[in-house]
Amino acid sequence: MIPASFDYVAPQSLTDALAALAEHGDDAKVLAGGQSLLPILRMRLNAPSVVIDLGKVTELQGISDEGDHLVIGAMTTYAAVLASEAVSTHAALLSKAVATVADPQIRHRGTVGGALVHADPAGDVGAPVLALDAELVIAGQGGATRTVPAADFFEDLFTTAVGEDELLTQIRIPKHTGWGAHYEKFVRVSHQWSIVAVAATVRAEGGSIAEARVGLTNMGSTPLRATAVEQALVGQSATEEAVRQACARAADGTNPPSDLNGDADYRRHLASVLTRRAVLAAAGA
Amino acid sequence: MTRITVTVDGVEYSDDIEPRTLLVYYLRQNLGKTGTVVGCDTSNCGACTVHLDGRSVKSCNVLAVQADGHEVTTIEGLAADGQLHPMQQAFHESHALQCGYCTPGMIMQACDLLKDNPDPSEQEIREGLEGNLCRCTGYHNIVRAVQHAAAAMRQGTEAPADSAVPAAGPGAPEPATAGVGAAGPEMPPGEGAPVSAGSTGEGVTA
Ligand SMILES: Cc1cc2nc3c(=O)[nH]c(=O)nc-3n(C[C@H](O)[C@H](O)[C@H](O)COP(=O)(O)OP(=O)(O)OC[C@H]3O[C@@H](n4cnc5c(N)ncnc54)[C@H](O)[C@@H]3O)c2cc1C
Ligand code: FES
Ligand code: FES
Repeated sequence: MIPASFDYVAPQSLTDALAALAEHGDDAKVLAGGQSLLPILRMRLNAPSVVIDLGKVTELQGISDEGDHLVIGAMTTYAAVLASEAVSTHAALLSKAVATVADPQIRHRGTVGGALVHADPAGDVGAPVLALDAELVIAGQGGATRTVPAADFFEDLFTTAVGEDELLTQIRIPKHTGWGAHYEKFVRVSHQWSIVAVAATVRAEGGSIAEARVGLTNMGSTPLRATAVEQALVGQSATEEAVRQACARAADGTNPPSDLNGDADYRRHLASVLTRRAVLAAAGA
Repeated sequence: MTRITVTVDGVEYSDDIEPRTLLVYYLRQNLGKTGTVVGCDTSNCGACTVHLDGRSVKSCNVLAVQADGHEVTTIEGLAADGQLHPMQQAFHESHALQCGYCTPGMIMQACDLLKDNPDPSEQEIREGLEGNLCRCTGYHNIVRAVQHAAAAMRQGTEAPADSAVPAAGPGAPEPATAGVGAAGPEMPPGEGAPVSAGSTGEGVTA
C-alpha cells in the first residue's frame, strides 16, 4: 500500500516548521517518527496534501537535566529514552513503559512527542507521563509557547491540547529520583497493544508507601489517573494484602472500551489486578 | 519530485523520487536491491528490516525522503570480501530458515540486537526479535542461530586470528574460499559449505 501523493517539506528549524504549518494549514500533516502516521497514510485513512517532516529540526531532539526537571524534546526517539541514564534514574516509570512499546525497529523511529500527540488510548506513553505529573510545552504561531499540565493535555480519543497550527516541543518531567516504578502491560500475544496497562511509581519509606502515582492505559478515551488508589496507598505497608485492598478501586471513574479482547467489566477487573501487581513491583515487594 | 542522496550498502545514490515512495520500494524498484522484501505492508512482520544509520528500522514504515543524507545497510551489504557475515553463516548452518522469506529481516534485526547485547540470553533474543514474524520455523532454530553467531562474533573480537569473522584473506577470490567445494560459481562462497571448518569459530558447531 502506497500513500496518496503529497508535497514534502523538511524545515531545519522550529520557526520554519511553524511557518510551514501556518502556510499550509488544514492541508498539512506533521511527520515525526512516522510509526503511526505512515500506516495511516498507507491505508489512506488520511491524505494530506503536504507533509511537514520534523526530522531535521534538531532542536526538538534530546534529553536535558534542568535541576528539578528532566526536559525531553518532542522528537526524542523511544530508543534514546531507553538509552538515557537520566530518565532511568529520575523518571524510571517512563523507561519501563517505553520498553514495552512495539518492537526495537519501531522504537528506533517512534518519538515520545509523536506518541503523545497521536494520543491512542491504548498507547503506552500517556499513562506514565500523566502519573509523573509532566507538563507539555506547545509552540504556537508568532513564537508563543504555552505549558499544559498532562492532566489537561489529553482531551479525547486521538485528541490533545495541541492545536492545528501548533507543535508539541517538550515534555517536562519533575524528577522522581529514588521512586520505584513498574509498568504492567496486559497482552495476549507478544507485540500487541495494551488491552489494559498500569503505570505505577512509588516512594517507599522503611517498608511502607509514603507516596504513590498510578496511571491507567486503555481504561477510557484518554489515559487516566487512579487517584482513589493513590490516596488509599499512602501509609500502607508494601504487603500483598494491604496493597490488594488499596487497589480494589482502581477502576473507579473509568470508562473502558469493550472489544474483541475483552468487555468493559473484564477490563475493570484487570485494572485492579494489574494495579496491585504494578504497585507491589514498584515498591520492590 | 524530491531529490535525495542516500548511501546504500556503501554506494552513494542520488535520485529524484516521489515523496510518498516508501524506503523499501526505493530499495527494491529504484536500486534493484530485492534482497529486502515486503511481507505484510502493515509494519508488523519485520521482513523489510534494514539499518538506517546503523540501527534497525522497518523500511516499509519509513519514507525514502526521510533517508536523505543518511546511510542504509540492507541484507545485500552484510557480506564482506565475498565472505558471508557470521549471522548469515549461522542461519545457514543452524537451519534457521525454511521458505526464507523472513530471513533478510531476521538477520538484520539479529545483527542490531547484538550491537546492544553481544551475549543475549534466549529470552533476550526472543524479545529482540519481537517485531519479526516467521511462519515456518517455530523460531527455535532462529534463536539457536543467533546464539551461535553471537558466540562466533565474540570470539572474533576477542581472538581475531582464529575466527572467521572477516576470516577470508584480504581480497580472497570468491569460489576459492568455499573450501568444501559445493559452492557453484554464482553462489556466494560459504553458501555451499555446511560447516566450513576453521571459518566458523567454536560456538557455531557446538
Ligand atoms: C506495528 C506497530 C506496533 C505498535 N505498537 C505500539 C505499542 O505497543 N504501544 C504504543 O504505545 N505504541 C505502539 N505503536 C505506535 C508507536 O508508538 C508510534 O511511534 C507512536 O504512536 C507515534 O510516534 P511517531 O514519532 O512515530 O509519530 P508520527 O507517526 O510521525 O505522528 C503521529 C501523529 O502525531 C502528530 N505529531 C507528531 N509529532 C508532533 C509534534 N511534535 N507536534 C504536533 N503534532 C505532532 C503527527 O502529525 C501525527 O498525527 C505501534 C506502531 C506500529 C506500527
Ligand atoms: S513489510 Fe515491513 S514490517 Fe512487514
Ligand atoms: S522461514 Fe518462512 S517465514 Fe520464516
